[in-house]
Amino acid sequence: MSNKLDKEMIEYVSILAKLDLTEIEQIQAGADIEQMLDYIDKMKELDTAGIEPMPHIFPVRNVFREDEVVNADASEAMLRNAPNQSDGQYQVPKTVE
Amino acid sequence: MTKQYESVIGLEVHVELATRTKIFCGCSTEFGGAPNTHTCPVCTGMPGSLPVLNKKVVEYALKAGLALNCGINQYSRFDRKNYFYPDNPQNYQISQLYLPICHDGWIEIETAAGQKTVGIHEIHMEEDAGKLIHDEWQDCSLVDYNRSGVPLIEIVSEPDMRSAEEVTAYLDKLRLTMQYLGVSDCKLQEGSMRADVNLSVREAGIKTLGTRTEMKNLNSFKAIARAIEAEKARQIELLEGGKPVIQETRRWDDNKEYSYAMRSKEDAKDYRYFPDPDLVPLEIGDPWIERVKSEQPELRTEKMRRYQQVYQLSEYDASIITGSKKLADLFEVTADICKMPKKAANWIIGETLKCLKEHNMEPEELILSPQHLARLIQIVDKGKVNQNIAKDVFRSMFKADIDPDDYIKEHGLGMVEDPELLTNAVAEVMGEYEKAVAQYREGKTKVIGFLIGQVMKKMQGKADPGQVGEVLKSALEN
Amino acid sequence: MIEQTALQIGQKIKQKEITVMEAVEASLMQLRKSEPKLHAYVTENDKIAERALKIQEGITMGRYDSPLAGVPVAVKDNICTKDLRTTCSSRMLADFMPVYDAQAVENLKRAGAVIIGKTNMDEFAMGSTTETSSYGVTKNPWDETRVPGGSSGGSAAAVAAGSAAYALGSDTGGSIRQPSSFCGVVGIKPTYGTVSRYGLIAYGSSLDQIGPIAKDVADCAAVLEVIASYDQKDSTSVKRDDMRFTDGLSEDVRGMKIGVPIEYLEEGLQEEVRESVVKAASMLEQAGAVVEYFELEMTEYVIPAYYVIASAEASSNLARFDGVKYGYRAGNYEGLHGMYKKSRSEGFGAEVKRRIMLGSFVLSTGYYDAYYLKALKTKKLIKKSFNDAFEHYDLILGPTAPSTAPRLGESLECPLQMYLGDIYTAATNLAGLPAISVPCGVDKYNLPIGVQFTGDCFQEKKIIRGAYAFEKMRGAWELPFMKKEVC
Repeated sequence: MSNKLDKEMIEYVSILAKLDLTEIEQIQAGADIEQMLDYIDKMKELDTAGIEPMPHIFPVRNVFREDEVVNADASEAMLRNAPNQSDGQYQVPKTVE
Repeated sequence: MTKQYESVIGLEVHVELATRTKIFCGCSTEFGGAPNTHTCPVCTGMPGSLPVLNKKVVEYALKAGLALNCGINQYSRFDRKNYFYPDNPQNYQISQLYLPICHDGWIEIETAAGQKTVGIHEIHMEEDAGKLIHDEWQDCSLVDYNRSGVPLIEIVSEPDMRSAEEVTAYLDKLRLTMQYLGVSDCKLQEGSMRADVNLSVREAGIKTLGTRTEMKNLNSFKAIARAIEAEKARQIELLEGGKPVIQETRRWDDNKEYSYAMRSKEDAKDYRYFPDPDLVPLEIGDPWIERVKSEQPELRTEKMRRYQQVYQLSEYDASIITGSKKLADLFEVTADICKMPKKAANWIIGETLKCLKEHNMEPEELILSPQHLARLIQIVDKGKVNQNIAKDVFRSMFKADIDPDDYIKEHGLGMVEDPELLTNAVAEVMGEYEKAVAQYREGKTKVIGFLIGQVMKKMQGKADPGQVGEVLKSALEN
Repeated sequence: MIEQTALQIGQKIKQKEITVMEAVEASLMQLRKSEPKLHAYVTENDKIAERALKIQEGITMGRYDSPLAGVPVAVKDNICTKDLRTTCSSRMLADFMPVYDAQAVENLKRAGAVIIGKTNMDEFAMGSTTETSSYGVTKNPWDETRVPGGSSGGSAAAVAAGSAAYALGSDTGGSIRQPSSFCGVVGIKPTYGTVSRYGLIAYGSSLDQIGPIAKDVADCAAVLEVIASYDQKDSTSVKRDDMRFTDGLSEDVRGMKIGVPIEYLEEGLQEEVRESVVKAASMLEQAGAVVEYFELEMTEYVIPAYYVIASAEASSNLARFDGVKYGYRAGNYEGLHGMYKKSRSEGFGAEVKRRIMLGSFVLSTGYYDAYYLKALKTKKLIKKSFNDAFEHYDLILGPTAPSTAPRLGESLECPLQMYLGDIYTAATNLAGLPAISVPCGVDKYNLPIGVQFTGDCFQEKKIIRGAYAFEKMRGAWELPFMKKEVC
């Protein structure tokens, strides 16, 4: 069974992924994903009825920290790698509400 | 023939929890602070950083859930909600979609039409985003991550409300409840409580739900009320015109009193929720739930009942006083110290609320201590100052929580104790105002008010008007 | 001296036979020789001299207990090193200076390690050949026309070339073990949760682990002991009572039950690799182990499940690279979303973009159940098949990779084929198991072949024992630079 990804779907996924793909890249991406999906479809052979998905390997639960302030002012360190900053804040193009 | 429509309203309320630190890191949640000074690699989404859950957040979420009569999901998990926005440092928000901590609760609200139960669909924990400020000069936006990672609970109601009045009553009840629990101060104006309204309309009598829209940017009760009316009208107009209501998110502009759709093709609104692999699941056992239940503070309804029973307050008075936990605490401690609950209630409902209103303050900002208020009440009761002077003393207490005994002593406000001073003053006044005395003796007994006033003046107010009246009366009639 | 193992160098330093500076200088000299050809490093530590002196002083004062004090190490470039550029071999992080050390690095520093530099890798750990690096490919020291493997290709090459006594790599689907196999060195992926992931720039969060790459099993065990720790900053870090991995260094495999999955030896496997595994199995048998061939099951579902889960998590983990807080921001963009798209499209290479697209797709509405949830269910069944196997066996023995190192440029032509190369390694990431790759021989082109020992969760000592014993039986192993002057 072959998966077919139409152009609309590729555009949709690139919006989700926040990637700008050229026409050629889009076609390539489509072909790649289709090929991988065909392979991934192998999983459909497996009967997983009644099997719970397992996001975590170990049955570890309840890892907490206490409500104590441990971090001091690290603004200088945090901003050190900022591509663009102003007045101690990260600067970005205008966000439209 | 015009059809009758009803609006069907559900609310998503975000409540900022009053923990000391953020939900997934040890940064302070303190309000204010220069931009990005309460940040660390975790809440700014630096590469390689990992979240660790603040236990207090779970505690507070449980308290809220139990107070709202919810069932607790004893197995609960965190999921990532993926979307791109600069206030979201990881471009995903850690939230709970599939297994929220609380489910299926309810809350009772009081409206003009009587009591009503509003269902709570679920409550879940999530992290807040940073703050975006728009810089007009540089035509850009600036991001401050101090707020990023502040813990929130989102309370999702069932679409059980039908009017702005019900919505306001619901929000009020939620706010009070959260305050009583101590989990949040819930201030709509400050953003520690935020409400999004989901509204659809349908013809009266129809059971199915219409298409709903979501409204955001509602920053006051009035704005919420206006927005609800406007949206109901807008949807009805569409339907009457044969057009469908489009499911969308709309932003309310309270200045212009209208909403507009926040449509953007850049935002597919497909959040691709999946279990966060960096956090392990929560298992909330019965002992934990029982402990939180046993530690639950008394909520407003119970308190009201208790105040009526134990302190013999009227329902009205109890209602006013329990309208704020701070007020209620002030009342109760004061009453327990001075043992005069009715008087304590009067001082709270009277002077305290009056002063709060004058100073445009919230009860939570009161600095007046119950010890000092109780003392003032005792002083008045013993007849050491009269009511007027007491009110003056109160005002100073309201401003600076001064000790009433000290204050009265310093300013010499104590009522005159020496009875001779009083009889002298009465004699003097009677001497100065013979005409009035004569009028009284002719039967115009009302003039005694004027004479009392003059005696009070002579005594610089430091006398009890009632007592003055008695002395005057006996002097006048003899 | 660069022919010595890390532990040998450490010992010499401790016994004052050599100084830290001398050890470092020997590595650096080898680096100068080998780097122009191999390009194993992205960044060299320019503060190394002062560090070496500082550590030497500390050692002299008796401040360092660790057997690795003063020994030069190379760190994979997706592990944060404070004030030392960390790029994930991506244009996206070309100038990124972490403001903190990864916990594993902190552990090494506390033990007195000296970092030579940051090694080249597949971009954001996505790849099996180190060819997706934005800073150029790394060559295999055994044959410069071939790849070193990936994604920890630079780390494996550095060790195989002698420019570092040992290295740190990371493993999500085989990224420590496969390059170790291709470069003829030893690599361990520990049980999930053993080494803190704090500071490891995430690819597949439920699969990633940092691990050691070194010349022999003893070195790897010693390094693992240093970097493993329970870390409160990592919610998935596991509290383990027993982390004395060097206790597993025993040659005695008598009575050990070793299972060899039949599926692992089926078609698609290079003949010489199959022979090596079979030979290793029989050697172990002769040493007293009980070797059995068995059906592992689920093998054919490993790659689909792995790629769905890894891509999905990666698509979310890499969302933070948006040009806002750090990293590459494009010039000339229109508006906010324009900035996002341009920065990411220019900052990420093709393979990364491919996996982000695939990951976004399998999580999207309408496909989540069929792909992502299905993969999580498959993962559960895979785990179960290993649990069943470990009821009967102490160790599972198999090849590390289906072949020896391919030529440069070959693998990228067909991504799917490249993904299939993870078939023997990815299962252990899905199941959280520990595994070690040990060189067992060479093929007719004199390219190294690796054999892999997999154990049940928390059974590092068993796999170390099996590997150590095998290593001793195999005998001396010469890396290319040891044979002649230049590698």
